[in-house]
Amino acid sequence: MGNEVLQNRVLDARIFHTEFGSGVAILTGAYRFTLSANVGDLKLRRMPEVPGLQSAPSCWTTLCHDRVPHILLAVGPDLYILDHATCSTVTPAGLAPGVSSFLQMAVSFTYRHLALFTDTGSIWMGTASLKEKLCEFNCNIRAPPKQMVWCSRPRSKERAVVVAWERRLMVVGNAPESIQFVLDEDSYLVPELDGVRIFSRTTHEFLHEVPVASEEIFKIASMAPGALLLEAQKEYEKESQKADEYLREIQELGQLTQAVQQCIEAAGHEHQPDMQKSLLRAASFGKCFLDRFPPDSFVHMCQDLRVLNAVRDYHIGIPLTYSQYKQLTIQVLLDRLVLRRLYPLAIQICEYLRLPEVQGVSRILAHWACYKVQQKDVSDEDVARAINQKLGDTPGVSYSDIAARAYGCGRTELAIKLLEYEPRSGEQVPLLLKMKRSKLALSKAIESGDTDLVFTVLLHLKNELNRGDFFMTLRNQPMALSLYRQFCKHQELDTLKDLYNQDDNHQELGSFHIRASYAAEERIEGRVAALQTAADAFYKAKNEFAAKATEDQMKLLRLQRRLQDELGGQFLDLPLHDTVTTLILGGHNKRAEQLARDFRIPDKRLWWLKLTALADLEDWEELEKFSKSKKSPIGYLPFVEICMKQHNKYEAKKYASRVGPEQKVKALLLVGDVAQAADVAIEHRNEAELSLVLSHCTGATDGATAEKIQRARAQAQKK
Amino acid sequence: MAFPYRLDAPELPDFSMLKRLARDQLIYLLEQLPGRKDLFIEADLMSPLDRIANVSILKQHEVDKLYKVENKPALSYSEQLCFLVRPRIKNMRYIANLVNADKLAGRTRKYKVIFSPQKVSLDPRRGDMKFYACEMVLEEEGIYGDVSCDEWAFSLLPLDVDLLSMELPEFFRDYFLEGDQRWINTVAQALHLLSTLYGPFPNCYGIGRCAKMSYDLWRKLEEEEDSETKGRRPEIGHIFLLDRDMDFVTALCSQVVYEGLVDDTFRIKCGSVDFGPEVTSSDKSLKVLLNAEDKVFSEIRNEHFSNVFGFLSQKARNLQAQYDRRRGMDIKQMKNFVSQELKGLKQEHRLLSLHIGACESIMKKKTKQDFQELIKTEHALLEGFNIRESTNYIEEHIDRQVSPIESLRLMCLLSITENGLNPKDYRSLKTQYLQSYGPEHLLTFSNLRRAGLLTEQAPGDTLTAVESKVSKLVTDKAADLRWNLAQISSPGKITDAFSSLAKRSNFRAISKKLNLIPRVDGEYDLKVPRDMAYIFSGAYVPLSCRIIEQVLERRSWQGLDEVVRLLNCSEFAFTDMAKEDKASSESLRLILVVFLGGCTFSEISALRFLGREKGYRFIFLTTAITNSARLMEAMSEVKA
Repeated sequence: MGNEVLQNRVLDARIFHTEFGSGVAILTGAYRFTLSANVGDLKLRRMPEVPGLQSAPSCWTTLCHDRVPHILLAVGPDLYILDHATCSTVTPAGLAPGVSSFLQMAVSFTYRHLALFTDTGSIWMGTASLKEKLCEFNCNIRAPPKQMVWCSRPRSKERAVVVAWERRLMVVGNAPESIQFVLDEDSYLVPELDGVRIFSRTTHEFLHEVPVASEEIFKIASMAPGALLLEAQKEYEKESQKADEYLREIQELGQLTQAVQQCIEAAGHEHQPDMQKSLLRAASFGKCFLDRFPPDSFVHMCQDLRVLNAVRDYHIGIPLTYSQYKQLTIQVLLDRLVLRRLYPLAIQICEYLRLPEVQGVSRILAHWACYKVQQKDVSDEDVARAINQKLGDTPGVSYSDIAARAYGCGRTELAIKLLEYEPRSGEQVPLLLKMKRSKLALSKAIESGDTDLVFTVLLHLKNELNRGDFFMTLRNQPMALSLYRQFCKHQELDTLKDLYNQDDNHQELGSFHIRASYAAEERIEGRVAALQTAADAFYKAKNEFAAKATEDQMKLLRLQRRLQDELGGQFLDLPLHDTVTTLILGGHNKRAEQLARDFRIPDKRLWWLKLTALADLEDWEELEKFSKSKKSPIGYLPFVEICMKQHNKYEAKKYASRVGPEQKVKALLLVGDVAQAADVAIEHRNEAELSLVLSHCTGATDGATAEKIQRARAQAQKK
Repeated sequence: MAFPYRLDAPELPDFSMLKRLARDQLIYLLEQLPGRKDLFIEADLMSPLDRIANVSILKQHEVDKLYKVENKPALSYSEQLCFLVRPRIKNMRYIANLVNADKLAGRTRKYKVIFSPQKVSLDPRRGDMKFYACEMVLEEEGIYGDVSCDEWAFSLLPLDVDLLSMELPEFFRDYFLEGDQRWINTVAQALHLLSTLYGPFPNCYGIGRCAKMSYDLWRKLEEEEDSETKGRRPEIGHIFLLDRDMDFVTALCSQVVYEGLVDDTFRIKCGSVDFGPEVTSSDKSLKVLLNAEDKVFSEIRNEHFSNVFGFLSQKARNLQAQYDRRRGMDIKQMKNFVSQELKGLKQEHRLLSLHIGACESIMKKKTKQDFQELIKTEHALLEGFNIRESTNYIEEHIDRQVSPIESLRLMCLLSITENGLNPKDYRSLKTQYLQSYGPEHLLTFSNLRRAGLLTEQAPGDTLTAVESKVSKLVTDKAADLRWNLAQISSPGKITDAFSSLAKRSNFRAISKKLNLIPRVDGEYDLKVPRDMAYIFSGAYVPLSCRIIEQVLERRSWQGLDEVVRLLNCSEFAFTDMAKEDKASSESLRLILVVFLGGCTFSEISALRFLGREKGYRFIFLTTAITNSARLMEAMSEVKA
């Protein structure tokens, strides 16, 4: 609370309420003020010094201007206002002279008005800024009052101050007369929103301004519509025709709606159920003679009164007025009931008002459950069962919240039991982690299908368990395992390797080293070594193909390195095919052939490869030699095609003649010899070939050929 | 030519709302960092971002410069840096390096990281616990306090009136190869968003492990939420979830429907394509949005390529005729023509010439690569004849180094249609492949094996032994889904056998059962298709689409038990019907198909065709648009 307060002790303190919460103002032994606007968020503010203050002020209070709390204090005949920075003197407007000291001051509930009680026995009432006077009343009592508080009703023009001495209570307002009451016992006043509560040892009374509606109805000889309606209803019950007269009177004035409204409103302000009932009965009676009177106000009033009467019962003891209840809202009232552990009543109210379950019944049940878990004398099983029986699957109930409460009370086992009831597995995880049930948390996280959740649990586990146990846990949770592998791929490559090792997953281990051979390692020796490790792993995985392929790659890498050293140029990392091609293109035919033999390149590939490379070099002589080296395993059509690709029709024709019969037509068409193609096709009597040739016939030049084909076709059909 | 929908076809819901939602949220996030700032965007997010909020919108919200997140130091001088990234450790490293470099240089700036599609399921109750791998990395790097983190819950991008993409191409590799289930949550959230906006789905079907998990997770989300949507009238009557690994075959085939072909040739990215100079016949490349708003495209997108040229030339003739109407107009008519029609005609003209250019370019490329041969081989594989010849073709393909991706695709197609390669071919093709394209593909093969795309035929006797063992395991614990998951991917010999068995494709048997290879009497008329097979020139009805068709017809899996068993999915095929039927008949003909792991344009075309035939309207939700090349690339290991 700050050193100053500690050293000088607290002389006096006031609690005050603003829209920011409850504040506290302290007067210390050094006659300095310290204040905090919100006790929930305690920030102490030391107010400036009052010049020449040597003793406690005769009275003081807190004000609130523009949402900033101030302190008003009286020292002898002077009044000071303290704000955060300054201390200024003020004089109440129009205060009768002769005041040498202020004995009491009171600020209204809304901070708008202020009352001062002077040693001359007069009560000054005005605005809180002191700049405007409402009235002044001299009560002729000079004894300092024990208490002075405001008594007013929201939206009412009347203002009054209640002053209390030992045995006397005086209500003073803007009127020449005051109202006096005698107090039988020591009493204490509490100002409230719409009146003043007066407590004594044995009684609890509420003093308030009579609401307009009640006044209109119950004023003596009132002719207000509400009063007439009440009368009419009473007569009606007596089965007297007067009822009709009263009703007629109201209707003639066209005030029936107003009458009903008055009765409803007045009922709200009554505390006696009998009176409430008779007013509501009158309203209901009046309603019968109205078309389209909206029923809401009547229904709601009935509901509200029922709730109010229930909480006003002395067993419960919350004697709220109607205005207070409306100001508080039902939610706050329910909270208060819950705090007093009046769960059944709260639930009954929720059900009666048909509040949505999430805001109403479920919330209260959850609170109940949170209380229930604190009952240490009941066994875990019983508590869990009792809670589940009551709560069931009520929507909006969070079992994890209740479990968290149980854990907070040190009942871990109960918490776990309760979590079992939580339908959303994701909700169970945070608490399980907190309770160090990480493995359980992991399986719950996996159930939730939320990868992020799984991941979080994983990282928790990783820190919590030793490596071996951690890996073992992962082994049983493939989804988590694959997630963790992904993480390792990016963050911890070594761990990944360990993971595979642990599982004897040689296949993946092999892949891992292959990847390392071209991603992580730079030097050729390193790469070969990585490949060797990979090959070993593949053997262990019984994947001989991969092992052999890897060994071949090692061989190739070494060879490429040598080629690069001896011949220059770029060989490293080329596929085998491209390595051979590069050699041929560079004119190293011998080496190329050697390579092909070493790596057992199949004939077909070699022919394709050579064909393409030689055509690229446009080395037609060598190509021809090559074509004659032995019978081509890929036929001769590719030769034709590739020559045509290089636009060498002359060379192409050479090979066209060597193309086998089934592709002959195609080859001839490629080199543009339509006529011969047609002859071959006719000879083959192949319909598909015929139409192919036909589609290549261009009008002007191949007219004769086209005709020839048509003829052949016609003949074929005749046969 | 383009087939109009039946007159009573149901209206599609308006999905542009999703775009607005995403945009508003992004703007809100950007404004959380008031003042000028530079934005660093992950490469994968650039195109989707562009569809949501273009540069001028970003500039309006005080974004100064845009940078790509890449492995280069960034030269930004802004005082505030904002990162828009996927939640990946790699990205965290990048950010950490940047921040730490600043620290060394004594610079202080503000950093904000926006994760997309999500950081973690938001739950305030978790409070101070750090629940996220990325945040963990930030902490390890010592910069957790320097950056603020946020999330942009952008998971659904409407690419077209009937196509929603999650733009998660990595889903395929992450889930089907690495076994990473992180995106399942995202899928569930996306479904939840859809059901919040467009009402509940009264009928749900699905097949596949991932489909089942996504569905369960989504249901859980729905239950947790205050069920305000429950009273809503459903707008979409059915939802069908399908795992990509139910049908790899369709995705591996060459596409011959126009939109698919454009995708295969030019790569459609986020609904738009870059046409190079060879298409635009100018010296510039042009970025073109391909969707229903392109009047020319929308008429040819679902057509077999052989029809497209004819259609385009007809269209050109019509256009010319319309231009020609100018002749003989008086001034007033001419004025009318210029002010009202000319603009539309010009626009159409521009589009027409673009698509003609694209067609020419496709033709040129395809003839160069012996496209006919390729298609013939594919059809042979699908039908299961001349396997030897096809294998030789593939070998030659590899030997000639035609294309690493294409070769790989053919090998996979062979493996799946044949229930794995026989041991000899398996070895020899792999050896050839390694020799042609580099030894690092040893890892690619290991990936493909794990994903079940390229496998070795198991010798008969051991298979039956394993089968009995496995079926015992299954019957013992069939009830618990997660248990099975655990068994299938956990290391160990039995489970290895299990997984290889689980991944037997049984394509031939399924094909027979579902009649996927239509019996052709005479020529298949591609102009007037009679079934979904038209998307593969009448040779093959896509398996994925056939499954959907069959289930919708029966409104359940009843009678498809054998197929489900052959798909190895007995525990992951589900139906869930709403008890009270509040759905209107209109909504019952709207079907949301969810492809987990991507779908191809061909599949979309096939289902659009089915819809027209049956009076349905399909809506597609896919984790990403895919094709054979993308699938293969996702599985490939490339040297960094």
